[in-house]
Amino acid sequence: MREFLDMGGYAAFVWPSYAVTLAAIALNIYWARRLLAQARAAARRRLAAQDQRA
Amino acid sequence: MTWTWFHRLGSPPYVYGLARRLTPWLGWPAALLILGGLWGGLALAPPDYQQGDGFRIIYVHAPSAWMSLMVYTTMAIAAGVGLIWRIKVAHAVAASCAPIGASFTFAALVTGALWGQPMWGTYWQWDPRLTSELILLFLYLGYMGLRAGIEDTQRADRASAVLAVVGVINVPIIHYSVTWWNSLHQAPSVMRLAKPTLPASMLVPLLVMLLGFTLLFGALLLVRLRAEILTRERASSWIREALGA
Repeated sequence: MREFLDMGGYAAFVWPSYAVTLAAIALNIYWARRLLAQARAAARRRLAAQDQRA
Repeated sequence: MTWTWFHRLGSPPYVYGLARRLTPWLGWPAALLILGGLWGGLALAPPDYQQGDGFRIIYVHAPSAWMSLMVYTTMAIAAGVGLIWRIKVAHAVAASCAPIGASFTFAALVTGALWGQPMWGTYWQWDPRLTSELILLFLYLGYMGLRAGIEDTQRADRASAVLAVVGVINVPIIHYSVTWWNSLHQAPSVMRLAKPTLPASMLVPLLVMLLGFTLLFGALLLVRLRAEILTRERASSWIREALGA
């Protein structure tokens, strides 16, 4: 395990690379889902406002 | 040859429903492939005979770089289709691509720097490959800035589409930069016409990651596209049905 984490002496370069890429993946999933949730909520509000006017 | 499929892809309600149904079919395989690729790249692949375990950065660097180019190409094609045929959904696809592409271009640059330091002795060099990839990041940011700066959606679509289409010239420049010019960056080892130069034990995890990232892009794009369509189709009655409201 120790050996694995050490990455043959390249730990300081390998692990940050993986961290940055996995963070990009996680953030993209979070951003996309949040964007859709916000768009759905906004559309619902518009529909409700339409109903009130009608 | 009938063109009904093409016309249907221009219909926001149809695309919205299709995107919703397709997302899990891309997202879950993407998650499995990326997890498998991480396992393969970090644990199964043998260390490189020159770079030792440092070469394992390839399993995140190459997929990020691939993503940066694939997303830009998709964005430029969608923008071009939107410009030529005036299809709103195509513009919505292009607009959805940019933040995804920008973030993975950033990841490709950072992981490249982290690979460059131990292997080349420098985080950064004004080298053709590195410089053209940095320009790609600026193209994405410029595209997003241009969209954000124009209030009217139709005008933003057309102006940003022109930028996206013109900027696509940078994609082959990035790809061939290592062949055309003397570059610090190594030549392609997978994306080439001849056989890949990596042995299977190193190549398979990389291909798994590349496929996983491609499917991930598809899933992210479809989710963003739905949000984009909902925002654009303000007054449409189909939205009521789609939201189940």
